[in-house]
Amino acid sequence: MMIYADNAATTKMSSTAIRAMLPYMDQVYGNPSSLHTAGQQAAEALQSARERIAVCLGCQPREIYFTSGGSEADNQALISAAKIGERKGKKHIISTAFEHHAVLHTLQGLEKQGFEVELLPVGEAGTVTAQQVADAIRDDTCLVSVMYANNEIGSVLPVGEIGKVCRERGVVFHTDAVQAAGHLPIDVREQCIDLLSLSAHKFHGPKGIGVLYARQGLTLTTLIAGGAQERGKRAGTENIPAIMGMAAALEEACAHMENNARAVSALRDKLIAGLSKIPHSALNGDPVHRLPGNVSFCFEGIEGESLLLLLDAKGICASSGSACTSGSLDPSHVLLAIGRPHEVAHGSLRLSLCHWNTEEEVDEMLRVIPQVVEYLRNMSPMWKDQKSGKRTFVL
Amino acid sequence: MSGGVDSSVAAYLMKQRGFDCIGVTMKLFSGGEIGCSRAKTCCSLEDVEDARSVAYRMGIPYYVFNFTEDFGRQVIDRFVAAYENGATPNPCIDCNRYLKFERLYRRAAELGCDTVATGHYARIEKQGDRYLLKKASDESKDQSYVLYAMTQEQLAHTAFPCGALRKTQTRQIAEEQGFLNAEKPDSQDICFVPDGDYAAFIRRYTGKSYPDGPFVTTQGTIVGRHRGIIHYTVGQRKGLGVSSDRPLYVQSIDAAKNTVVLGEDRELFGTEVTAVNFNWIAFETPPDVLRARAKIRYRHREQWATVEVTGENTVHLVFDAPQRAVTRGQAVVLYDGDTVLGGGEIV
Repeated sequence: MMIYADNAATTKMSSTAIRAMLPYMDQVYGNPSSLHTAGQQAAEALQSARERIAVCLGCQPREIYFTSGGSEADNQALISAAKIGERKGKKHIISTAFEHHAVLHTLQGLEKQGFEVELLPVGEAGTVTAQQVADAIRDDTCLVSVMYANNEIGSVLPVGEIGKVCRERGVVFHTDAVQAAGHLPIDVREQCIDLLSLSAHKFHGPKGIGVLYARQGLTLTTLIAGGAQERGKRAGTENIPAIMGMAAALEEACAHMENNARAVSALRDKLIAGLSKIPHSALNGDPVHRLPGNVSFCFEGIEGESLLLLLDAKGICASSGSACTSGSLDPSHVLLAIGRPHEVAHGSLRLSLCHWNTEEEVDEMLRVIPQVVEYLRNMSPMWKDQKSGKRTFVL
Repeated sequence: MSGGVDSSVAAYLMKQRGFDCIGVTMKLFSGGEIGCSRAKTCCSLEDVEDARSVAYRMGIPYYVFNFTEDFGRQVIDRFVAAYENGATPNPCIDCNRYLKFERLYRRAAELGCDTVATGHYARIEKQGDRYLLKKASDESKDQSYVLYAMTQEQLAHTAFPCGALRKTQTRQIAEEQGFLNAEKPDSQDICFVPDGDYAAFIRRYTGKSYPDGPFVTTQGTIVGRHRGIIHYTVGQRKGLGVSSDRPLYVQSIDAAKNTVVLGEDRELFGTEVTAVNFNWIAFETPPDVLRARAKIRYRHREQWATVEVTGENTVHLVFDAPQRAVTRGQAVVLYDGDTVLGGGEIV
C-alpha cells in the first residue's frame, strides 16, 4: 500500500478533470485561432473555461490569462507590476522572506535592474500582518506581493486585510495563491487582489497549466512573444485540454471546498496531535491559520533526506524542505525564515493531505513515523551528543 | 556517482556481484555559491542527469544528497585556510576523508547499506585482521595517494570495484552497457574550481582581497612585488612577472611576513620531510624506524626514504636522494611495494 501525503507538491488528477480533458484531444482538437468550425469549437470551449474560472475567483473572464503554471504567472505578475511602477518612477517592492522561489528569484532579478526589494520578516508562526505591510509601504512602493498560503509550513496569511491596505494606499497587490486555490475561498474583488497566480495541479487538475488573474486596467508585460493569444499577453497555442481540465478541477474543488476542508483538517489535526508526542519535535507554521492539509514538523537530531527515503521504503510519500531540480534537498529558506536553526531545519518533514487520504492512512503514518525518527536518532552523532549533554537541545 | 564513467561502472560491477545497490550523487556546492555560473563541474545538473540515467538503466534507485554545508566546512574552508597560510592543499584528500567515507557512509548506514562503493582506482585487501589499501592494478590511474587518510573502519565498509581494472576496460564495460557517459573525458583539476583559477575562486569565496608584497630571493634581495600569497605554490615558475638573468622559482611562502621567496631550480631540492596528522593503515603500531618509498604529491614517482616515527601521528623522513619542491599542505604517502603504509600532511 502506498500512502500519498505530498499533495502540496502535486496531486492526483480527479476523474472529473480527466474526463473534461479527453474530448479536447481527439474530438474538439482545433486551434482556437483558426477560422474554421473545428477552431471555433475550441475557441468556444476556451471561452467557457475562462468564464467558469472567473466565477471561481470572483472576477471577469477577460481578467483571466492562461499560463504554463504558477511559476510563469508569478514571473509575469511581478515583472508587469514592476514595469508599471517604473514608468511612474516607483521602484520599491514589498514581499515576504518565505515566498516561493518563483517569486523570490524573480524579485532578485528585479533587484539587479535597480528595484529595491524589501522582504518582511515572517516571525515564528510564519505570517505577516496587514499592519506590517502598511508600515512598510512608501510613496515609491509599486508592488506588494504576499503569498496566500505557504507551501512548506501551511500558514494562511491575511491577504484580504493586506489587500485592503494596499488598495487604500494605491499600491498594486499580488498574491501567489498556488497553495490556496481550490482549498481556501478566493474573491479577488472583496479581497482587493490586483494580481493572483494559481496552478491547476495543486487542486487535482493537470500539470503545466495555470492562471494569472490581472485586474482590468492593469497592463501586463508580455514574457512570451509571438501570436496574439491571451490578448497579446502570452503567445503560444492554448493548451485546451489542460485548460478544460483545470476549469473542471477548480469548479469541483470550489464546490466541495467546505466539506473537503472539514474532513481534511480533522485528519491533519489527528496527525499533528500524534506527531507532537515525539520528544524534541515542533510543529512549523501557524497552528490556527493553517492550510487544511498541511502538517509540517521539525525533528531534532535527524536529517530530512534520510527520513524521507526510509518513509518511502515503508510506502509513505512525504516531503521535506523545498526540492530543487537535482532532486536533492536544500536547507529550506522557509524554515530558516521562521527562525529554525540550520541543524533543525534539516530535520523537517512535510505531510500534505487531501480528501482522498483516510483515517487508516493517518494511523499508519502515526505508527511508522515515530519508529523511523527513533531509529535515525539512535544512529545520529548529533543526537548522541545531545542525549549525553555535550550539546544542548534546541527544541 | 559523479555521472562519470568510473563510478557508473563501479555501480554496475557491484550490481553484477549481487549487491543490492542505491545510486547516489553528492551535491557538494552550487554554481552560485562558488561564483561560477558555468556548470562544468562535477555535481552540475547535467552530471546528475547522466548519473540518474545510468542508475535507472541498471534498475537501481538513485538519489542526490545535499552535502553542500559539510563540503563547505570540511573541504572548501580548509582549502582556503591552507592557501591563506602559504600552503598548497589537496582538497580531494579531505573530500574522501570527510565526505565520501564519513558523511556518505553515515547516510548509507542510516539507509541500511553496509558498503560505500566508489569509482576510485585503488584496491582494498584484508590481511589477517587488517584492511590494507593497495595501488590500483592500472598504476597509471592509481589514486591510492588521495585515500591515505582512510581508517580501518572505513576500509572495512568500502569497495573500489574499478581498482582491478584498466581504464580501457572500464570504458569498454561502459560502452557495452550503453552508458551515455562512456566517452566522457576524465575529470580534471579541482571540481569546485572548474576554470582552474583557484586564486580568483578564493577571492570570490571569501570576499577578501589578498595584499601584494615583496618577492625576496634566497639571498635576501627584493626583486619585485607579488600579487598576494594565495597566487603562488612552491616550485612555480610561470606567472611571477619578475625579470632575472636566471629562471626563478618559488622556494617558500611566508604568510606571516606576506613574503614569497624565490630562488633557482637547484635550490628547490631537499631530502627532509616532516608530516603531521599521520594515518597508519598497514600497522596498528608502526615500528620506530622503517624504510619505505614515499610520494610527496599526486604526480610524484615514489622514492626511497628512511622514516622515523616521531610521535603518535607525526613522522620525519629523509629521502635517499634530494627531491624537488617538497610542498607544505601536500600529503606524503608511504608505500611498501603496492601497499600503502600510511600518510600524513607535510608541514
